[in-house]
Amino acid sequence: MAKRIDVSGLSAYYGSHKAIDDISMTVEPRSVTAFIGPSGCGKSTFLRTLNRMHEVTPGGRVEGKVMLDAENLYGSGVDPVAVRRTVGMVFQRPNPFPTMSIFDNVAAGLRLNGSYKKTELKDIVEKSLKGANLWNEVKDRLNKPGSGLSGGQQQRLCIARAIAVEPQVLLMDEPCSALDPISTLAIEDLIGELKERFTIVIVTHNMQQAARVSDRTAFFNLAAVGQPGKLIEIDETERIFSNPSVQATEDYISGRFG
Amino acid sequence: MSVMTDRRPVADGGNPLPVSLKQARLPRWATPALALVAAGAGCGIGLGAGLDSTVQWGLIAALLFILGTFALAAGVEGARQAKDRLATCLVWVCFLLAVVPLASLLWETVARGSKVLDGYFLSHSMGTLPDAMPGGGIYHAIIGTLEQVGLAALIAAPVGLLTAIYLVEYGRGRLAKAVTFFVDVMTGIPSIVAGLFVLSVWILILGFGPSGFAGSMALAILMMPVVVRSTEEMLKLVPNELREASLALGVPKWRTILKVVLPTSIGGITTGVMLAIARITGETAPVLLLVWGAKTINNNPFEDAQQSLPLYVFQQWQQGSDASYDRAWAAALVLIAFVMILNLVARGIARWKAPKTNR
Amino acid sequence: MTHSSSTADLPPLPQDDRSPVSGKAVRPGDRIFLGLSRGSGIALLVIMAAIAVFLTYRSVLAISGDKANFFTTLDWNATGTDPKFGIAVLAFGTVVSSVIAMLIAVPVAVGIALFISHYAPRKLASPLGYVIDLLAAVPSIIYGLWGALFLVPHLSGLYGWLDDYLGWTGIFSYSQGAARSLFTVGILLAIMILPIVTSVSREVFLQVPRMHEEAALALGATRWEVIRMSVLPFGRSGVISASMLGLGRALGETMAVATVLSPSFLINASLLDPGGGTFAQNIASKFSEADQFGQDALIASGLVLFVITLLVNGAARLIIARRKEYSGAAA
Repeated sequence: MAKRIDVSGLSAYYGSHKAIDDISMTVEPRSVTAFIGPSGCGKSTFLRTLNRMHEVTPGGRVEGKVMLDAENLYGSGVDPVAVRRTVGMVFQRPNPFPTMSIFDNVAAGLRLNGSYKKTELKDIVEKSLKGANLWNEVKDRLNKPGSGLSGGQQQRLCIARAIAVEPQVLLMDEPCSALDPISTLAIEDLIGELKERFTIVIVTHNMQQAARVSDRTAFFNLAAVGQPGKLIEIDETERIFSNPSVQATEDYISGRFG
Repeated sequence: MSVMTDRRPVADGGNPLPVSLKQARLPRWATPALALVAAGAGCGIGLGAGLDSTVQWGLIAALLFILGTFALAAGVEGARQAKDRLATCLVWVCFLLAVVPLASLLWETVARGSKVLDGYFLSHSMGTLPDAMPGGGIYHAIIGTLEQVGLAALIAAPVGLLTAIYLVEYGRGRLAKAVTFFVDVMTGIPSIVAGLFVLSVWILILGFGPSGFAGSMALAILMMPVVVRSTEEMLKLVPNELREASLALGVPKWRTILKVVLPTSIGGITTGVMLAIARITGETAPVLLLVWGAKTINNNPFEDAQQSLPLYVFQQWQQGSDASYDRAWAAALVLIAFVMILNLVARGIARWKAPKTNR
Repeated sequence: MTHSSSTADLPPLPQDDRSPVSGKAVRPGDRIFLGLSRGSGIALLVIMAAIAVFLTYRSVLAISGDKANFFTTLDWNATGTDPKFGIAVLAFGTVVSSVIAMLIAVPVAVGIALFISHYAPRKLASPLGYVIDLLAAVPSIIYGLWGALFLVPHLSGLYGWLDDYLGWTGIFSYSQGAARSLFTVGILLAIMILPIVTSVSREVFLQVPRMHEEAALALGATRWEVIRMSVLPFGRSGVISASMLGLGRALGETMAVATVLSPSFLINASLLDPGGGTFAQNIASKFSEADQFGQDALIASGLVLFVITLLVNGAARLIIARRKEYSGAAA
């Protein structure tokens, strides 16, 4: 179910502005990789290049290679729609479809990708909601609109929606930044469970969170405002937080800037 | 752009597992090529079957293009992509379908209207000219329109403005709710109903004759709710901090409104009033009932029938001769130009005076 | 959102009390200004009340003088000693032409709005929106002139074609002649309300939060699926209110109908053949030859039109209010 991501020489642009410059890294399957760094360093932009969401923004453009196992996401003939179906994404602010019920939200991706019998759909929705630790809270109101849930529940609903289509990779763009501490804890626990099945990449502003949930951590930085963001280093999370090999990483982690 | 061979497997029962990210795509030239083929076939069928209307040729071609795209995409790319392409086609067709009549309307007005439009046309009335004869002009209609619309604006703009101020700055409680509700209702009044209302009171009950002023009253009724709505929107945009800053300095509320709130939003309010004026300038129905139309110059809007531009267009059309059609188009061109210029200036003011927010 | 409770001890902030009416010391300036602005609001209410009262009063005069049933009679003869008139033909024509207009205009307008908001190249999108707004300002009499002198001659070919293939339905049978029929009126009304429906719908589609669209994209949705999952549900109530706005205009449109339609007091099964009438068109056409009683009769038909447009607007507001919880505005 989980695939390895190999990025080489990847740059991304907004129009003529270069947002990230020449990034190469490997993301291991069945592990959590965290991206940290100051605001504007391009970590979210980089995350969005991993499922070709970057090119959706007006003027967005990408150079370089992203290999998902043996396939280049940016190869010719590759359908971005198929890429996004394979690489799921959870956003900063929970975004359930406001007009759909909880059930329909989870089933939304499945309904796009094929026809299912009602019972199959029910099973997958239940499995996904259980996978997102939400089943017990919503099983009695599956037909209520998803927007009626609390922020933390909405975010877990979005995770259920993303894992329902059984993606290879799950990208999370600061999934807890709009949530309270208790909901954040629930999501972090969930990430720990999900990494058994998926390759997970998470962008976070919160260094404790990166230390808690991730196996490997990548530190991004930018030389100055307006300059493109760069990957400074990527390593085991423990090493990054105890004994990083680059001075800038240590400065950032110990709070000397950023 | 080569055609890829791998096809996405269709989900049968269990979870769909995409084997490949690659997707068979139609080559880039497929769409323009198909468009050409469809256009050719449309013309061919039209000619062959002897259909005399080019509208039909176009419809056939469009239909062929849409069906062709759908069939090709469904064959090569799969059902989902085919639907996506179909939607794209339909959206484009909608756009073209709308552009054709609207462009034709503007083109016809300009082309046919410029035939008799000159200085003489603008500076003379119809006088005693027989309807079927060429010549004559719209001077009397321009005078009438300016006076009627001016009077209507004089009535409607202050009332509308003050009502909006009441709703935004003072409005609370039942009266404000009622006013808001009835402004909504008033927005929906058909123009001919406003004309009938003034007819029933002013002419049938009070016994006055037709006059420019009677028309102005109906136009004012149509204009008021528009002014209220747009002014309300603009006043709501003024940040509360500004009002509070002024009130905290001990400035009385009425002076705060006059000196702080209104100047801040004056650009938007002007735009709203001008757009409302542009809207009532083109109204024909109430003028038909209340002003009646005239062939000669009547400078006094308070007595006797007058002419107005939209009514002039209608009456010249009714005459049904070539000369009167020409005059109708020329007057229509003047009317459209007047309304468009008002619109452009109004929107220009809105852009120029817009509060500097980056959204 | 984490204000401590200590502010509760402070005196109320001055901005909490914006009402100038504090009881005793009201400045004359404030009083005059409040009086003026409140007076204007009241004036609006008085006008609305007067419209209702006077139209009803004249209508009662007319209907009590009607020697036939006002609602079912298929004739309009409001002069002489034996006036017989009824609104059946007008109600039929108004409803049918407006429904045709809606059936054509709403899907096309939604298409154009989507084109501008989601399909058109960025450089084209905002000038296009601007042009559409300008077109919404073209006076209706010009649409009427164009309809009568340009559209009508161009439609007879199409109608002959419709007659050939769909004539058996009865609705689309067409005997040659000028295409000055209810269907033509419907087409013209559709073209007329297209800009306003488009403009409002486009506004709503542009307001769809980016994150709802990205939610669908990230699930692997095609552009059309994004629109179906995020844009259309979000914009539905906006499109409905835009349509109702357009319907209101179509119902009350006078001049465009008066110039295009060749009226007759018949309910014709074929929509392509000339004949029929609408409330507003009938008022404009019959007004010049009506005596005082005839004018009252026309006022009565205008009152019915007024009530219909009120109902349409009310229905629109109800629909919007009911859909509010689903509009996503809270998200």
